[in-house]
Amino acid sequence: MYDWLLFLHVLAAFALVATVVIFSAFAFGAVREPRVLTVANVLWAVGGLGTLVLGIWLAIYVDGYEVWDGWIIAAIVLWAIANELGRRAQAGFIAAPGRRGEEVAPALPRNAALMHWLRSGIVLALLVVMVYKPGA
Amino acid sequence: MLVGALVLAGAAMALAWRNGSAPLARLSYRALLLGAIPSWILMRAGAEWIASKEDLTADSDLSWISIGFTTADAGIVVLLVATLCAGLALRRARRNEGAAGLGRASAVLVSLLVVAYVVVIWAMTTKPI
Repeated sequence: MYDWLLFLHVLAAFALVATVVIFSAFAFGAVREPRVLTVANVLWAVGGLGTLVLGIWLAIYVDGYEVWDGWIIAAIVLWAIANELGRRAQAGFIAAPGRRGEEVAPALPRNAALMHWLRSGIVLALLVVMVYKPGA
Repeated sequence: MLVGALVLAGAAMALAWRNGSAPLARLSYRALLLGAIPSWILMRAGAEWIASKEDLTADSDLSWISIGFTTADAGIVVLLVATLCAGLALRRARRNEGAAGLGRASAVLVSLLVVAYVVVIWAMTTKPI
């Protein structure tokens, strides 16, 4: 049970990072094909839900961890901030979609790119907290 | 980053081979060349580093270590072939020569890599023996 919870939790985290990578390509000027954008947004939704639900489940399941441990609270707060930044980034990217077959991506709203890069930083911080578990 | 770049490349190439879209083929090719290959180098270097630090080697009897090293080392060959196919598909798409076969080959190889890396994630997290 623990193995599957951990595997699915980590897999969900990979989905989150995959979204960050795809959005980074768009932020660097890659053509924003709407269907690729949809793939990224679905990965973010699945990864976001998976990391939170499975992470809390793990915290309850594993002896020695509690949901109110400082590093877990920090991770949940970072997760919430990343999601809000992600929501704003996605809104900006969707508002300026690419068109099928176009060679050059249209200009991206500056705020959307900023929200994306902030989200990327928060996701990185989240990974650091998960790996090092400060205070655990 | 490696898995993310592969997902991006696979999705873009899968869409590109259906309509011969040069921009999507280019996105896939660049995701492989500028994203996946450098990420693979980082991943492999990091793996060697942590294996050395924890005194684990590719010759270890631990199956999860073997799965990781085998998949990583075979994966670079597949990744390079997929990148080559994507590059050729892009060139053909730009010339309107029809790049469906190469695009499909690249997308299939990338999909196989993603599946293989999911298995590796499973092995790394559950550490079966």
